[in-house]
Amino acid sequence: MITAADLAAIRLTLELAAVTTAALLVVGTPVAWWLARTRSAWKGVVGAVVALPLVLPPTVIGFYLLVALGPHGPVGQLTQALGLGLLPFTFAGLVVGSVFYSLPFVVQPLQNAFEAIGERPLEVAATLRAGAIDTFFSVVLPLARPGFVTATILGFAHTVGEFGVVLMIGGNIPDKTRVVSVQIYDHVEALEYAEAHWLSAGMLVFSFVVLLALYGRKKEMVR
Amino acid sequence: MKFRFVRLLVAASCIASAVAAHAAEVQVAVAANFTAPMQKIAAEFERDTGHTALLAFGATGKFYAQIKNGAPFEVFLAADDKTPARLDEEGATVPGSRFTYAIGRLVLWSAQPGVVDDQGEVLGRGDFRHLAVANPKTAPYGVAAMEVLRRLSLADGIAARLVTGENISQTYQFVATGNAELGFVALSQVMVDGKLSGGSAWQVPAGLYDPIRQDAVILAAGRDKPAARALADYLRGDKAVAIIKSYGYGL
Repeated sequence: MITAADLAAIRLTLELAAVTTAALLVVGTPVAWWLARTRSAWKGVVGAVVALPLVLPPTVIGFYLLVALGPHGPVGQLTQALGLGLLPFTFAGLVVGSVFYSLPFVVQPLQNAFEAIGERPLEVAATLRAGAIDTFFSVVLPLARPGFVTATILGFAHTVGEFGVVLMIGGNIPDKTRVVSVQIYDHVEALEYAEAHWLSAGMLVFSFVVLLALYGRKKEMVR
Repeated sequence: MKFRFVRLLVAASCIASAVAAHAAEVQVAVAANFTAPMQKIAAEFERDTGHTALLAFGATGKFYAQIKNGAPFEVFLAADDKTPARLDEEGATVPGSRFTYAIGRLVLWSAQPGVVDDQGEVLGRGDFRHLAVANPKTAPYGVAAMEVLRRLSLADGIAARLVTGENISQTYQFVATGNAELGFVALSQVMVDGKLSGGSAWQVPAGLYDPIRQDAVILAAGRDKPAARALADYLRGDKAVAIIKSYGYGL
């Protein structure tokens, strides 16, 4: 059955996914906007960096994060100098790792949505003397709404499904870094297959429902 | 057309003979903490017997799940004695083939010199942010580490500063990268040729934890495989025992 530790892991996972998704929308929107509009030679480079987590194994990301965020790594030295301490083994550290890990799942749908808007609505807005910020909130956001919904769902779901990165930089601390996927791994390792089944089945149903919501919605839009 | 068929036959027979030449292979599942000594032993084993040991390293619990679900491992070197015993009971092994190949030793280690004193008093002083241990739920070295903390009456005070690696390799990684100032790892991980490879360490006295018996067993898949039997014998031979001891294991 579901234990108190399992529930704590579920709550932590949802918190992590929510905070990560919010952070991703804030960070990802300007990046996606820039990628959609720019003619800069750097577009390819930035696009490739954003897409890296799609192809890199989580062990590579996790290992480099552990080294980079650690006391001898560049990010670790920066966070220490800023008085923030070190990020590994903290919730904030997991958020940083997850933001990087789920970045393409938010940036790419947004970029596609922004590109689909095209020049015309922006030119119209400009002739009506709308400023850049006004244009963004009154024209771009409503038009790109489906992209934002897709980005939010994918960013959230992908973070819930994260394992390798969290395992490497989390340290498996109850209520702080022990998320559902790690809890399942622990159950399997400890041969507690009944508990593992409960949580795994929950994950399976959750993931299916999320994707069903996503793809079901897409179909309606086509009609 | 005819030529093509002949060529195909030749190719097929080449492959068949190549397979025959490599027939004396043995697939081995090895506990992560035994990685370094096993690589050395496997090289010696190949030189002395002509058999090749194909090594897979990982967590003992994961290997158990894989073996129960048809993994083709023929010999299993576990990190504990419970898992091989359980496989024995469940009929997944060659009966009577189980033996202790190493006794693990626990060490409190820091990657930096001067952090861990040779009495382990740093634990009581508590001037560190993170102490890494292997997960006591899944790793025998984690069980032993928690036992040491309990016997030193430090378990409660330190609980908030514990970070847990999924296995002893990950625990070592936490300490080696400096993210945890110190941690309980396997002596075999920080010892090379009888000497500490770096940093500072306290070898935990054997009286503070139950011995970490690591058992090996020939699995059902290795029943009629001479190479599997040969490896089990080789592990008990003088050469292998010397290598095992040089990495700080007891026997």
